[in-house]
Amino acid sequence: MGELAADKHVKYILAVEKRKDNFESAVLEHLRMNGAYWGLTTLDLLGKLDAVDSNEIIEWILKCQHESGGFAGNVGHDPHILYTLSAIQVLALFDKLNVLDVDKVSTYIAGLQNEDGSFSGDIWGEVDTRFSYIAICGLSILKCLDKINVERAVNYIISCRNVDGGFGCTPGGESHAGQIFCCVAALAITGALHYVDKDLLGWWLCERQVKSGGLNGRPEKLPDVCYSWWVLSSLTMIDRVHWISKEKLIKFILNCQDTENGGISDRPDDAVDIFHTYFGVAGLSLLEYPGVKAVDPAYALPVDVVDRIFFGK
Amino acid sequence: MHGRPRKPLKPVDEAAVAAKAEKLRALQSEFLSNHQNKIYSKEAVELSAKLLEINPELYTAWNYRKLAVQQNLAQCESDPESVNSILDEELKVVENALRQNFKSYGAWHHRKWVLEKGHSSMDKELGLLDKFQAMDARNFHAWNYRRFVAALMKRSDEDELEHTQNMIDKNLSNYSAWHNRSVLLSNLMKKAAPGFTSKDEVLTREYELVREALFTDEDDQSGWFYHLWLLDQTVRSEFPLLVSSWPVEGSDISLPAADYLDGCASMNVFHYSSRNFPLVLYFNQSVRGVNSSTVSVSCGFNLNIDLIWKPLSSTDSQSAKVWATHLAIPDAELHSSEAYQVEVKVGFSQGIVSTTGVAYSHPSQISFQLHLQKTPLESGQDSRFGRIQWKDDCFAVYEPGSAEPDLVNLLDNLTIKNEVESTASTWQARIIDDETNIFRDLLDCKIGKLTVARLLTAYNSLRPLDKPVHCKEVLELYSELMKLDPSHYQYYKDNHSLVLLQQVTSSKESLLSRCFHYRDSTLSTNGSPLCLRLNNLAISQLGSFEKLLWVQMLDLSNNELQSIEGLEALQLLSQLCLSNNKFRSFTALESLRYLKSLKVLDISQNEIGSHSIDTTRYLFRSPLSHSVGSCDWNINYLSSETYWEAFFVLKDMGLTQLDVAGNAITSKSFNVFLEKLLPTLKWLDGVEVN
Repeated sequence: MGELAADKHVKYILAVEKRKDNFESAVLEHLRMNGAYWGLTTLDLLGKLDAVDSNEIIEWILKCQHESGGFAGNVGHDPHILYTLSAIQVLALFDKLNVLDVDKVSTYIAGLQNEDGSFSGDIWGEVDTRFSYIAICGLSILKCLDKINVERAVNYIISCRNVDGGFGCTPGGESHAGQIFCCVAALAITGALHYVDKDLLGWWLCERQVKSGGLNGRPEKLPDVCYSWWVLSSLTMIDRVHWISKEKLIKFILNCQDTENGGISDRPDDAVDIFHTYFGVAGLSLLEYPGVKAVDPAYALPVDVVDRIFFGK
Repeated sequence: MHGRPRKPLKPVDEAAVAAKAEKLRALQSEFLSNHQNKIYSKEAVELSAKLLEINPELYTAWNYRKLAVQQNLAQCESDPESVNSILDEELKVVENALRQNFKSYGAWHHRKWVLEKGHSSMDKELGLLDKFQAMDARNFHAWNYRRFVAALMKRSDEDELEHTQNMIDKNLSNYSAWHNRSVLLSNLMKKAAPGFTSKDEVLTREYELVREALFTDEDDQSGWFYHLWLLDQTVRSEFPLLVSSWPVEGSDISLPAADYLDGCASMNVFHYSSRNFPLVLYFNQSVRGVNSSTVSVSCGFNLNIDLIWKPLSSTDSQSAKVWATHLAIPDAELHSSEAYQVEVKVGFSQGIVSTTGVAYSHPSQISFQLHLQKTPLESGQDSRFGRIQWKDDCFAVYEPGSAEPDLVNLLDNLTIKNEVESTASTWQARIIDDETNIFRDLLDCKIGKLTVARLLTAYNSLRPLDKPVHCKEVLELYSELMKLDPSHYQYYKDNHSLVLLQQVTSSKESLLSRCFHYRDSTLSTNGSPLCLRLNNLAISQLGSFEKLLWVQMLDLSNNELQSIEGLEALQLLSQLCLSNNKFRSFTALESLRYLKSLKVLDISQNEIGSHSIDTTRYLFRSPLSHSVGSCDWNINYLSSETYWEAFFVLKDMGLTQLDVAGNAITSKSFNVFLEKLLPTLKWLDGVEVN
C-alpha cells in the first residue's frame, strides 16, 4: 500500500493559494471562500496551518462580508449562506472568531429560515437541506443556535427523509451522500439523531463501497474520493463505520494522489484539485490514518478546534 | 472538477490557457462592476449571458439577471408580449447554461424562479425534462425539477407514477425512478387513493415489478432498497403494542425491608430495592404520551404520588420504545409480611401515540404480587458483597430450587400476548412465503442470500409468541455472506449476532442453561445473585432486550461489542461485565447512565483511549449537540483533565466496584480522577479505595 504524500499536498495547496493566472482559478474565483476552507482545513489536519499568513487571509475574509452580514465567495460577489459558513469555519481554525460581529452574522443566517423550517441560500430563495446544515453548523459554532426555530428546522429535515433511510435536498428528493451528510450532521448537532434509522441508513451507506474499495454517492454511480468524506462522516456519526472495509478505502484514497506534484483527484489518474485533496485527507482522518489529526464528523473541522469552541480548552 | 484526466501541461498550452484566463478575468471584472453599479443595459445583460455560458456556476451573475429582469419587467408591466420575451430570454440562457453543465444548481434555480412568474407551459417543461432524462436518467436536478413542475401544474400522483413505470420499463437500472415511485406510492397509500387502499394488492404488484430488477443483474443495486422497503411495509406492525414488561405478568416478588441497603442479600435470587423498584414497559415501536394518566398503577397500599414515567432515549425527550418509572414503597408499609397485588393498566385512557401518529388502542394489564419481607441476615455477615470476580470458577450452574419457582414462570411469560397478532392477517405470511420461495432461486449470489435471510427473519417477526424457526439457516447465510462479501463483513456479523441472540433468548431452556449462581465465599448460595452469562459468543451487536428485562447480573465479557445501545432497558442491572470487547470510548457506554441500580462495572481490556475518532459522540445530548430545549450540562464541574466523556457518563453513578485496566486511557491521574468522581467506590481495578 502506498503512503500519504503529506508534504507534496501541503506544497500543492500553498501553490494553488498563490496562483491566480490559470484558467481554473478564474473559473473558480467565485468560490474562493470555500477553497480557503478546503485548503486551510487540510493544512491544519496535516499540522501545517502555520505555513500561511493568517492575518492576510482574515483581512481578505472580512472584505468579503456584505452589509447584510453574509459573506460572499470573493470580493465583489454577492453574499450567500455557503460562503458564510466557510468564513466562520476558517476563522474558527485560526481561533479568531472574535473578529466577527457575531450578532450581525447570526442575524443574517437566522433571517434565511423560512416558515416551514427550511433555509434559503440567499435572498433569492433557493431551498436545500445543504443550507439547513450550514445554518445549524454555523450558528452552533457562534453559540447562537437559539436564534432560529430549531424544532421547525429539524422537522423540515425529517420531511426530506426517504424510505431508504437517506435524505434528499428537498422533500421527495433522492437520497444522495452529500445531502445525507448535511442532514445527519444537522441532526447530530441539534441532538436529534433518534430520527435516523441507523441500521437502515447504515446499510445504504456501506453499500456505497464498490469493488475497487472506493465509495460512490448513490447506487450505480462511480466511486469518487469526495464521498470518502460524505459517506464516511455519516457512517461515523451513526456508529456504523465498521460496516465498510477501511483498508480498501484507504488504499483507494492513496491511489488518487498525485505523488509527484501533490494534490488528490476524484479518481485515480484524474486531475487533482483542492476540493478532492481536502476530502481525501479528511477521509483518511476519519479512518485514523497516522499523521493526520482527528476531524470532527459533524462540524467538519479538526476535533481540537471543535473542543476549543465548546469546552473552552 | 470531476472526471478530467490528469495530464501535464505543455508549454504551448500554458500560454494559451493563461490568455484564456486573462480574458475571463477581464469579463468577470467588468461584470462585477456593472453589478455594483446596477447597470442593466442590453450590453451589460448580454455580458452576463456570455459569462454564464462559460461558467454557469457564477452565482452572482444569476442574481444580477434576476435584478435586471425585475427592473425590465417593471418597465413594461402592461405589455404581455414584452414580458414573455423577457422571460423567454431567461429560459434560453438557462438552457445554454445547462448544456454546458446540466448539474448547475444556479441554472435550475433560475428556471424555477422564472416559472414561478407563471411563465412557460407544462408540456414545454416536461419536454425539456424528457430531453435531460434521456441524456442522464439519474440527474437528480432534473428529477427535482420534475417534482417541482408536477406540483406547480398540479399533475396527479397517478400520472407521475405512470411516468416512473415508463422510466423503469425503459431501464430497470434506474434508482431515481424507483425512488420517485416510493414517494408517490407512499402518498397514494397514505391518502387511500382509489386503487391503492388494499396494502395486500399494492405490495403484491410492486413485488412483481421489482423482482425483475433484482434478478436481471445480481450486482445492480437499483431495486435492492425498494425491495427492502416493500418488505418493511409488509411486516411492519401498524399498531403500537406492548411487547414485554418488568415485572412480568403473574410474577411474585420479594422486597427486603428498609434496614437492608439496595442490592443486598435476601432469601431468593432476586435482589430488589424497596426504595427504587422499577417498572418497565417495552413497546414494539417508539411511542409518546406514557404518563400517570395513560398508565395507572394500583397497589394494596397507597403509592400516593403521581408516578413520573421517563422515555429511555439518549436524545429524544418525548418518545421511546422503552419507558420506565420507579416505585418508592413507603416505609410505613414495610413492617407487614402480606402479599400485595399490583396492577399496571396500560393505555386504558387515550394518550399513548406512536411517533407515526397511530393511537395506542390495545390496552394491557400486568398484574404481579409484592411480598414485603423483613429477613434477618446471618450473624457476622456483611450485608454487602466482597469484590465480584468474573471468573468461570466463581459461577455455578443454576439449579432450580423451591425458593425460586418464579424464574421459570417468569421465563415462560416474557412476551406479552397481544390479540391483534393472534388474528394477524394471512396476506403478510403468504407474501413472505412466496418471496422466500422465489428468492431461493437466487441463493448463489449476495443479494439472494441476504434477501432470504431477511425474509426468514421477517417471517419470525410475524409470530412473536412462537419459537423462531430457520435460525440455523439464517446464521449460515450470514456466515456465507461474510466470506462472499468481505468488505461488508461487519454488517453481516452484526446481523448474525442479532439472530444468535434471538435464538439464545427464544426459549426458557436456552436461557436457563445460561443462568448461573455467583459464588462468594463469604455467603451461602442461598444469598447469591443470579447471573446471565452471554460471554464468549463472538457477538458484535446486542439485541432481544425485551427478553432480558429481568436480568440483574450480566456477563457480556469476551465478545466483540462496541456499543451497548438498548441496554438501558435493563433497569434491574446491578452488576455488569463488559471486559474484553471492543469499546472505543466512554461515549459508547452512555446507556449506563440510565441504570440507576448499577453497582459493579467491569470495562477492563477494551480500546478506550486508543482511537482518535469517536463514533458515538453525537448519539446523545452533550455540549456538542444542542437538544431541542435546554441543555443540562454544567461545565463548572468539569475536571481540568480532558476526561469529559468519562465525567459525563460516570458522574451520577453509585458504583461500588469499577475495573478499567487494560484500556489506553488508564493512568495514575485517570484513576485519581475516577476516585474523586465516584465517592461510593470501594474497589478500583481490584484495589481497595481509601
